[in-house]
Amino acid sequence: MRALELDLDAFEGPFDLLLTLLLKEELEPREIDIAAIVLSFVELIEQGDDLDLEACGEFLVLVSALLELKARALFPEEAAELAELEPEEAAEELARRLAEYRRMKEAAAWLHERLLLERERWFRLGPAPLAPRPERRLAPQDPLSLAAALRALATPPPMVSLGHMALRFPPVSQFLERFRSLLARRLRFDFDAEVGQLSRVEQAVALLALLELRKSGEIALAQAAPFAPIRVSRADDERTIAWTARSA
Amino acid sequence: MDSPLRLIAANPVDRLARTVEALLVVASQPLSIEELCEAAEDDAERVELALGLLHERHAEGRSGIVLEEVAGGFAFRASREASAACARLFERPVERGVSQAALETLAIVAYLGPCSRPEIARIRGVAADSAVASLVERGLIAEAGREGGTGGAIRYRTTPLFERVFGLQSLAALPRLDDLGEDAGEIRERLLQVAHARAS
Repeated sequence: MRALELDLDAFEGPFDLLLTLLLKEELEPREIDIAAIVLSFVELIEQGDDLDLEACGEFLVLVSALLELKARALFPEEAAELAELEPEEAAEELARRLAEYRRMKEAAAWLHERLLLERERWFRLGPAPLAPRPERRLAPQDPLSLAAALRALATPPPMVSLGHMALRFPPVSQFLERFRSLLARRLRFDFDAEVGQLSRVEQAVALLALLELRKSGEIALAQAAPFAPIRVSRADDERTIAWTARSA
Repeated sequence: MDSPLRLIAANPVDRLARTVEALLVVASQPLSIEELCEAAEDDAERVELALGLLHERHAEGRSGIVLEEVAGGFAFRASREASAACARLFERPVERGVSQAALETLAIVAYLGPCSRPEIARIRGVAADSAVASLVERGLIAEAGREGGTGGAIRYRTTPLFERVFGLQSLAALPRLDDLGEDAGEIRERLLQVAHARAS
């Protein structure tokens, strides 16, 4: 058996190795052409002078096991289905399947015969050169309504406002100077009242200036509650009040 | 004077027949009546009359080009008397070397299609992968969706080329499946006879 070398579509090598690979599930039994293995074995026997009965027996056992493996791989679910059937039903089912295959074999023979009969028919073969047909056609349209639809499409769209592109941000330094001079004159002031007349952009820049002054420690900020008016006072004034409170 | 004149008058669909003839010469596959009507901008009845006229003109023994009704349409082919000359110059790539496995697979797809490779393997008892691939490559079968929607096994059906190669007007021209092979009852009887013989 060891001398049997195989050259199949799915495998090339000694028969023993094929069996090992199948048992390790590294090869699919359904891919193996068992008829080709039998042919190789018969050729091997023919080459030898004496018929080795032991080798033949061993081969028969192995190849039938292989056939069973392949059959199970081909019909995994159906094997279970058939096992559940009564012997009579199983025979019926088997007969039905054999009849189905027999009919297909006959149909194949009919096709083969037909092919031979039609051998004298020659015709042009080629890719389908038909022009692609539109999926669906448009319903008939009234020319006036089409013109109206086109006119609506041809109307230029309204001008888009570019006003927001022209925003000018006043320099932060302008508000720094303004708040410093204000605190030079007064001890404290109300931020909201001071910037209430300005635009939103100017108010935002003013707030930045305020935060800048707080960061450098020049002013102190107080707000009773979120969104309540912001009270701005000189930093030294705040310290004076705190000192007075502590010494009291 | 009227009747002799009417006798020699040209066939009323002669002009249409020439148009249909031209369409069939250009086509590389059979054209249906609907396609001919659309291209010729004429009605089905007149196109059928024109085809009748062409059938007479392009018949075996009368012309080297024969009009045939095949694969759900009409097509020109070479006359049978010219087949030997055709065979010396042209190849038949579609049917050359079709194996027994491929013919059985083709029969299953033609009768039971659309069907998948596992279904074909169930009937034939061996994997059908290479036979299916070879038939797809030859253009005799083509994919036709999947079993149970997306993710299922690919299903196959025969193509118009199959009908044309086998000279069938449609799949309905295949012999009835019931008329082929033995029926299940006969096979069952034979199985039982073998079982009895072994038991005794």
